[in-house]
Amino acid sequence: MSRIDGKSLWLHWAVLIVLFALNFLLPEYHRGVVTRVLLLAVFAMGYNLTFGYTGLLSLGHAMFFAAGLYGAGLTIYHLGWSVWPAFGAGLLAGIVLAVVVGFLALRTAGVAFMIVTLMFSQVFYLTTLYFTTYTRGEEGLVLPVPARTLTVAGAEFGLTDPGTRYMTALALFAVVLIATAFLVRSSFGRTLLAIRENEERMRMLGYDVFANKLASMAISGLISAAAGAAYAVLFGYVGSGFASIQYSILPLLWVLLGGAATTLGPLIGTLLTFYVIDTASSYTSAYMLLLGIVLILLILYFPRGIAGTVRERWLPWLP
Amino acid sequence: MAFGPYLLLATLEGLVTSAVLALMALGLSLVFGVMRVVNVAHGEFYMLGAVLAWWFASLVSGHPAIGFLLALFASPLIVAAVAFLAERLVLRRLDYEPEATIVATIGLLYIIQQFALTFYGPEARPVEAPFDARIALPWFGYSAYKLAVIVVSVALMLATWLFLTRTRAGLIMRATQSDREMAQAFGIPVDRVYAGVFALGAGLAALAAVLIVPIRQAHYLMGLDPLLLSFIVVIIGGLGSLRGTVVAAILIGLSDGIISMFFSPTLAKMLATFLVALVLVFRPQGLFGAASR
Repeated sequence: MSRIDGKSLWLHWAVLIVLFALNFLLPEYHRGVVTRVLLLAVFAMGYNLTFGYTGLLSLGHAMFFAAGLYGAGLTIYHLGWSVWPAFGAGLLAGIVLAVVVGFLALRTAGVAFMIVTLMFSQVFYLTTLYFTTYTRGEEGLVLPVPARTLTVAGAEFGLTDPGTRYMTALALFAVVLIATAFLVRSSFGRTLLAIRENEERMRMLGYDVFANKLASMAISGLISAAAGAAYAVLFGYVGSGFASIQYSILPLLWVLLGGAATTLGPLIGTLLTFYVIDTASSYTSAYMLLLGIVLILLILYFPRGIAGTVRERWLPWLP
Repeated sequence: MAFGPYLLLATLEGLVTSAVLALMALGLSLVFGVMRVVNVAHGEFYMLGAVLAWWFASLVSGHPAIGFLLALFASPLIVAAVAFLAERLVLRRLDYEPEATIVATIGLLYIIQQFALTFYGPEARPVEAPFDARIALPWFGYSAYKLAVIVVSVALMLATWLFLTRTRAGLIMRATQSDREMAQAFGIPVDRVYAGVFALGAGLAALAAVLIVPIRQAHYLMGLDPLLLSFIVVIIGGLGSLRGTVVAAILIGLSDGIISMFFSPTLAKMLATFLVALVLVFRPQGLFGAASR
């Protein structure tokens, strides 16, 4: 089972090609929306690794996203770093935080795990408010435009240009999509699934359940932080709002809607949520109502999400 | 002023917080203890209680006490009814599966928040206290209403304790808590007990909100902080332990009041949240709870 079979490989390539083509087809406004969706879908894929594949329901992933966001944003704003090292700082912040939090939180399970992650994330949020001299709290920091220049092989790309922005987001998305697609088919991914299904049996078979879960948390934190760091450099804004509870709940919604433990579910869920909210906001300001109702209906009638339901009913090969 | 008066003031403010927090956390603890459901929407039931209190108080003209008393009885009842409905329509269908109920109560949180925002608006509005008297302390006068809140809260906690330990309904609830299957085998309608407990928990949160609303204004986002504090209290107190909940509420309320007075409120919340997360990691049964199950 370690290889990715033909059909699903083609499906992934097709999705990436369509997304690439959209850069030239979409009107300006929608190109901006999809850029944002791609980054947040990366966040959702990170979340999916723990929630979907490992069965760990975290309510604190906002802290990993925000760790990447602040890791990149603060180094650019205060230390004048350029994009690559700042991005690296974001990744480092994310993985370190994920390992520390995972090491503590994984001692608990189930409901306690949710509350512990929620609380650590809240501590992170309050920390960004407390050091308001550096972070400017809710108001946030706007990164200077000249600093947001990406250097690739000697060529410079301004990240304020919508086209470059889209392509950068797509590149990150593609890397993470392919990486997670391989990861979940690898023996490590199989181990995670087996832990989700029956932790006791895995322990009995001699697997180190804690180490595997911790690795899952670390990779998930790294991916979430990558999304956050990219968000900071692409959109040039860093604020406490991204560390708030809402940003821990949103990836849960995206993954649930798209389909937990599917490779394309996070993208479908994020895209759909964005456009549903976008469409709804033009009729009513009551988008929270919609969000709430969708969450409840999903968990009542479609606990497997869109891609999960499709896989169950029609396409058993869907990754 | 010297240090003493500040400390007294901080202690009094902390006790008011503790009193309200204890009521709210008791509701959360009952729901978790009996149903094993983490109710993320608990803070919104609190908010709904406060908003409804404002609405009832604004209905009645004349002496503020009339409106307040009306709110004190009507608001928790309505909130309990809302919770009852939510339990019947959603939670029961999920079979109280822990992760699914968390997602569902998050959905409920957004729905209640949106209703409050749409019908009540984004403003913060106060409710007039039923009486306006000051009690002279050695250094400063202190609102008699705040002291009354403490007294009323203690009375309500006692009433809940008596209800749980001295009545048949309380006995049935405790039986369901200790062993759901066995209770069912003895003919207890577990299903209805759950609905009742969920409504009771929400009612307690609303009651706490009505008491606090003359001191802190009603606002549609007011539910989050008390929700987190209640989680903290319930965890430190040990889940399902009434005595633990009270002790933890006093501990958290006092330290919150005192740290906020002398340091920054954000720092107080940060430290409290962090310490509690660690308590949950290293001593999951809480500081006072017995290592059960």
